[in-house]
Amino acid sequence: MSNIIKLKKGLNIKLLGEAEKTVVDINSDFFALKPTDFIGVFPKLMVKEGDEVKAGTVVFYDKYRQDILFSSPVSGTITEIKRGPKRLLEEIRIKANGKSEYESFQVSDPKNLSKEEITELLRKSGIWPCLRQRPYSVIANPGDDPKAIFISAFDTSPHGLDYDFIVHGKGELFQKGLDALKKLTSGKVHLNVNPQETTSRVFHKSKDVQINQFTGPHPSGNVGIQIHHVDPINKGDIVWYLNPQDVLIIGKFFTEGKYDASCMISMSGSEVLKPRYYKTIKGTSVKPILDKNVKDGEHRYISGNVLTGKKIQQEGYLGYYDYQLSVIPEGNYFEFLGWALPGLGKFSVSRSFTSWMCTSKKYSIDTNLHGGERAFVLSGEYEKVLPMDIFPVHLLKAILAEDIDLMENLGIYEVDEEDFALCEFVCTSKVNSQDIIRKGLDLMRKEMS
Amino acid sequence: MKALRKILDNIKPHVEKGGKFSKFRSTFDAFETFLFVPDHVTAKGCHIRDSNDMKRTMSVVVLAVVPAMLFGMWNVGYQHFLSIGQEAGLWENFFYGFLKILPIIIVSYVAGLGVEFIFAQIRGHEVNEGFLVSGILIPLIVPPDIPLWMVAVATIFAVIIGKEVFGGTGMNILNPALLTRAFLFFSYPTDMSGDKVWIADKADAFSGATPLGDALIGDLDKLPSVSDMFFGFIPGSVGETSTLAILIGAAILLFTGVGSFRIMISVFAGGWLTGLLMNVLAVNSYMEMDAYYHLLLGGFAFGAVFMATDPVTAAQTKRGKIIYGFLIGVVTILIRVFNPGYPEGMMLAILLLNIFSPLIDHYVVQGNIRRRLKRIKVKA
Repeated sequence: MSNIIKLKKGLNIKLLGEAEKTVVDINSDFFALKPTDFIGVFPKLMVKEGDEVKAGTVVFYDKYRQDILFSSPVSGTITEIKRGPKRLLEEIRIKANGKSEYESFQVSDPKNLSKEEITELLRKSGIWPCLRQRPYSVIANPGDDPKAIFISAFDTSPHGLDYDFIVHGKGELFQKGLDALKKLTSGKVHLNVNPQETTSRVFHKSKDVQINQFTGPHPSGNVGIQIHHVDPINKGDIVWYLNPQDVLIIGKFFTEGKYDASCMISMSGSEVLKPRYYKTIKGTSVKPILDKNVKDGEHRYISGNVLTGKKIQQEGYLGYYDYQLSVIPEGNYFEFLGWALPGLGKFSVSRSFTSWMCTSKKYSIDTNLHGGERAFVLSGEYEKVLPMDIFPVHLLKAILAEDIDLMENLGIYEVDEEDFALCEFVCTSKVNSQDIIRKGLDLMRKEMS
Repeated sequence: MKALRKILDNIKPHVEKGGKFSKFRSTFDAFETFLFVPDHVTAKGCHIRDSNDMKRTMSVVVLAVVPAMLFGMWNVGYQHFLSIGQEAGLWENFFYGFLKILPIIIVSYVAGLGVEFIFAQIRGHEVNEGFLVSGILIPLIVPPDIPLWMVAVATIFAVIIGKEVFGGTGMNILNPALLTRAFLFFSYPTDMSGDKVWIADKADAFSGATPLGDALIGDLDKLPSVSDMFFGFIPGSVGETSTLAILIGAAILLFTGVGSFRIMISVFAGGWLTGLLMNVLAVNSYMEMDAYYHLLLGGFAFGAVFMATDPVTAAQTKRGKIIYGFLIGVVTILIRVFNPGYPEGMMLAILLLNIFSPLIDHYVVQGNIRRRLKRIKVKA
């Protein structure tokens, strides 16, 4: 069964430095787990500096949901437990020993296992955190029965990953992962593809899932937008979602009985010399990847894409949910009368700059804010890039006013930060919409618990 | 440029918090950001942002107003020399009008921006760009002979009571430029209405009635030709006469995506359809006037393009914009035709709908909420 959902609203930001489809093996010695990647998690450590761990050894768990465990992606030694202000646990750094030792788990076909058995295995191996839930985008609750599980097999964000390329030749693992997921919900597993972009047979031949087709610009590849159009979240509903690479990890886990966190990541951006894909392991240090592959100058290194990623240092680590490293120029310069110039090389959705004449041009966009923060003035801007039946500005204002009922009525359960990333990008008033949405979701979660 | 940057960098420490002149931080900031787009980088959320900002948006609107302003200047001169029966060339007309209008523009900007700066200073905010547009609109919606002190008083009133008390640009309920005009209109009616004020230094013998005034008393045969009304060779407020110049501005606003086409089109549609309805129900000669005349006369086009589209005071939802615009058109014609007191209804119609736009939006948003609730019920 296949539905085509055509979305018109949105925006594809044309950036320079898209990753070439070539893969390089990268041997990184250092890896890290960053508890700050997991929203609402209060980490309780199970290891200390100097401990030896295997891939799949539990490193910490959540104080408030003790059944959620987090494990090491590699085998090696815990070298440093880095804390930030107020002793906030920032990074657990692991030096790989290069032996690839794994904690071993039961090998079995998920088709023959019950929901409880699958949950237990994924939980104990520390793979579970890759499953997240909407609303709130927090790690799924193992005891819940989600009404559906969503997987978006295409990434429309700037320099988004090509999942066709990533899953190529891994059809069996992918199907096995889907089989396991199928058991976790009493509803459907939705696999969302783009009829033009998605060509891989791995996706099209997937069994026991509902394949939905989406066309349109970013954010049509966002799972939140897809849920909104296929099976919208009402109050009390729970939907789980995960990345296709995590489906592969789950597939491998049930095939080989080990937590193999190998994955492909991309490095892209206008400041990268050779933008391409790398084969590595989750949470890798970005240092060896950046080595001799970025241009000179001051850059911003982002774990994730340029719209939703997190800023990291040059010696930092990729986030748990990030399979992308973006490098763009910092924009900390003054521009003389910049607002008045014709602006031929400036990217804008509005046609107030002369750059509207070059439709196919790709841009190197830096981190300059291009103006000061203002109150909401223009209307209708956000609506053009948010393909949802939601009034974005009204919702943001409800959040700012902390009006719980109104937030609920205006659809807070259906949105996530990443869905508002484009709103934030186009905003003339430079409002930090993603931050506001996160605050709204956190407030809602607190109220509901 | 570098020298200028150096000067600014030298002053900066003094106006920053703890500096000697920290009281003038907002003022300095306004000038600095005017000269240089600041070096601020993204700290939260998106790492990249659109190049568009409030300054750019507002300057696009100012640019869109320019054709109407230039034509208005010329027309002020043209009407003056016509009334005294003197022949004058293009430049003579223009310079006469230029010298009449420039002081009004300066007064409007100085008064309005002065208030903006003071309030930004008190609040410790950055100075908002909103008044850049209001400041150029105000001179275009007043008669050319308006005493300057009235402009100053009215502008200060409108900016304080219309905008700053609500929290500044983005929070206001009424369009500040129109509020200025409304203040003038009700406080100094002799300088704002009647047959005497619309031509600068008019010869007494010459009839200075606007076509709208003629129409109101039923003198339809005195109306100028359609082309005169379209191109704007008629007496009236400075910027409102030329529908053509205004349409050029509309094209700029629509092309850049700054103005809402929904509002513009629905205002015209509302006005025209109500005009047609008047034709059907006609009991006097004004009601029999061709419906499209209404769109060419008075401030209709100017209001539809530059006033009704103010994003802050207009309705903000798509459907709301259409209702809002349509009602402006309707109410304008109703006031024009049925109110013997004032010939023009555009200003009052827009101000009235400014007040109603949150209500219109409220019902549109309620519709969205009901759809969401219905979804649950269907499922249950």
